[in-house]
Amino acid sequence: MGAISAVTDATFADEVLASDKPVLVDFWAEWCGPCRMVAPVLEEIALAHSDKVRIVKVNIDENPETMRAYSILSIPTLNVYKGGEVVKQIIGAKPKSALLKDLEAFL
Amino acid sequence: MTTGLTPDLVETPLRDVIIIGSGPAGYTAALYTARADLHPLVIEGAIGAGGALMNTTEVENFPGFPDGIMGPDLMDNMRKQAVRFGAEMISDDATEVDLAGAVKVVKVGNDVYRARAVIIATGSKYRFLGLANEERLLGHGVSACATCDGFFFRDQDIAVIGGGDSALEEATFLTKFASRVTLIHRRDALRASKIMQDRAFANDKITFRWNSEVVDVLGDDKVSGLLVRDTQTGETDTLAVGGMFLAIGHDPRSELFRGQVELDEAGYVKVESPSTRTNLPGVFACGDVVDHTYRQAITAAGTGCAAALDAERWLAARHAEHNAAVAAQHNAAVATASVS
Repeated sequence: MGAISAVTDATFADEVLASDKPVLVDFWAEWCGPCRMVAPVLEEIALAHSDKVRIVKVNIDENPETMRAYSILSIPTLNVYKGGEVVKQIIGAKPKSALLKDLEAFL
Repeated sequence: MTTGLTPDLVETPLRDVIIIGSGPAGYTAALYTARADLHPLVIEGAIGAGGALMNTTEVENFPGFPDGIMGPDLMDNMRKQAVRFGAEMISDDATEVDLAGAVKVVKVGNDVYRARAVIIATGSKYRFLGLANEERLLGHGVSACATCDGFFFRDQDIAVIGGGDSALEEATFLTKFASRVTLIHRRDALRASKIMQDRAFANDKITFRWNSEVVDVLGDDKVSGLLVRDTQTGETDTLAVGGMFLAIGHDPRSELFRGQVELDEAGYVKVESPSTRTNLPGVFACGDVVDHTYRQAITAAGTGCAAALDAERWLAARHAEHNAAVAAQHNAAVATASVS
């Protein structure tokens, strides 16, 4: 069991939108190569910064409603939710250093 | 301090070989140098770790996999095989290099690595049109990866830009999802291979717009259309599409080496073919950063193997004379450091 748990259409509102902590959602799919590259990096960030931000993943094949609700048109897309709103969006796999920089405000 | 070589730098261990880049070329070079006991350090690249195959689905033409294999799985396997023999991996980008001296220096952010030999396997990257709105809408309907993003365009009209094999491959792949695919090409004929052309022409979901170029990408939050100019008449019109997929070729990822390693006009690293030697002693190059002709996973793996063997032989031959040069460089740096 890694540091990143899976969220579904059914649990998205409770686990993400209603969270006190900022939540970074990784929209991904099995068939997406760049998603595989970014996954271990997110795992590291989740472990190192678990006090500040929660990281979860949404499989877009299995959760089409959430995918559509947030107009995801490319994966990986990383959305940061705070108080139920998207406050940051990162599209495409990036190096850890670049991700940390993008997420600076939340770590 | 007046010298570039700080005491810190002098103290970082000197490795035999650093491989910059991954993919079939980088991982194969890693496997061979690891098995030769050269303890390679692989700077895999952060966004590009695994290389172009990470953006593919089924690879049907890599020998040894009669039922095909998924591109990312093939890369995972190659990586694991190299790690098994002791290759060390860093999933980040090299940010600065100094390759001219006897000691090659490679920086990854603030981390500094040094080696006697370097193998360049940085591959290539997708070419974009260079339009401001194209960049703004990247990930919102603009894509350079049909296999990643095609899924999101189910029952929509989309456009593919380009006229080569990869354009036709993407267009054909995208008809699985899209209701109609318009292929926009600057010329009036395709560069693509006969088999790919036949396949595309036979597909009634694909239409062609010849002698046309995209001059703007339209849409606020996501792509709603393209402004297309007829290169013969100069007339422009709007094509309503929800997505634009780029397949106008690749550029070698060689910026990091410009001014040090000799490149050709298109930016590819020049090697003394059929070897993988560059103009700098101890620096070798392989894979798509060298190859503008074949660009296959198997040819990249082949040149990765050649680079590893070239590096291994070079290291063996230079061992004695190299140690002397390294010692001199080390002593000079220590002397300068202790003076200041």
